[in-house]
Amino acid sequence: MAQKSTLLTPRARVSFLGSAKSGTHHAWLMRLTSFALLPLTIAFILIVLSLAGRDFQSARILLGSPCPAILLLLFVGVGIYHMTLGMQVIIEDYIHGTHAKHLALMANTCFGLVLGAASVYAVLRLSFT
Amino acid sequence: MAEAEPSSIPLEQRRPLSPHMQIYKWSPTMAASIAHRVTGAALYAGTLLLAAYLLAAAGDAHSFNFTSAIFGSFLGQLVLFGYTFALLLHLMGGLRHAIWDAGKGFDAESRDRLAIGSFAAAGVLTVLLWIVSFIIR
Repeated sequence: MAQKSTLLTPRARVSFLGSAKSGTHHAWLMRLTSFALLPLTIAFILIVLSLAGRDFQSARILLGSPCPAILLLLFVGVGIYHMTLGMQVIIEDYIHGTHAKHLALMANTCFGLVLGAASVYAVLRLSFT
Repeated sequence: MAEAEPSSIPLEQRRPLSPHMQIYKWSPTMAASIAHRVTGAALYAGTLLLAAYLLAAAGDAHSFNFTSAIFGSFLGQLVLFGYTFALLLHLMGGLRHAIWDAGKGFDAESRDRLAIGSFAAAGVLTVLLWIVSFIIR
């Protein structure tokens, strides 16, 4: 028999998802979010530049107008998702104890969710008040 | 089982160890790779500043002025300058990875040029952006 012996079923071998059942999904999400973040980061930099020297009222007007607000929501949403995925890899690389690793991974997800919720709340409040 | 002192075990019986970072001679691609991870982690923390700014702007004039004063202080500006450089260096790292993902730029000369170029481009762009921000404010 030319085929290498394996415990994997032929179905599992072609689906190529490995023991974690996720395959290259994480790597793909990193690529996807990083490509989206290229134009979004440029938009973010332009928004921050046009904020320079503005007082409270005029900063609110800029941040609450539709285009900056939508771009900020996308930047914050995609950016926080990307950074949470990235920190997950750092945790998996450097934290080895099972409990410590799982706690750190949970904390990472919670940090991203809290930061995302707070930022989205702030931008929406700027737009609708 | 009692832990044996590593030095008490004869050399030929010791388990092989993989060499740690300080063993390697620094190369541009190694520096760029490490910088990509370090800037990623720095931006992770820096996103707190963005959320704080947005929340302050969504609050009242007092919270906005308080946050603006902190960001406008010398230390605040220094941190924001570092954030700008980290953001741009990480962005350049992303572009570098996109080129490599496309299967291009793997020969010795190209990969070093890409690594050094990302540092240079991020540095130049950071300084340019800050000059523009001082002109328009």
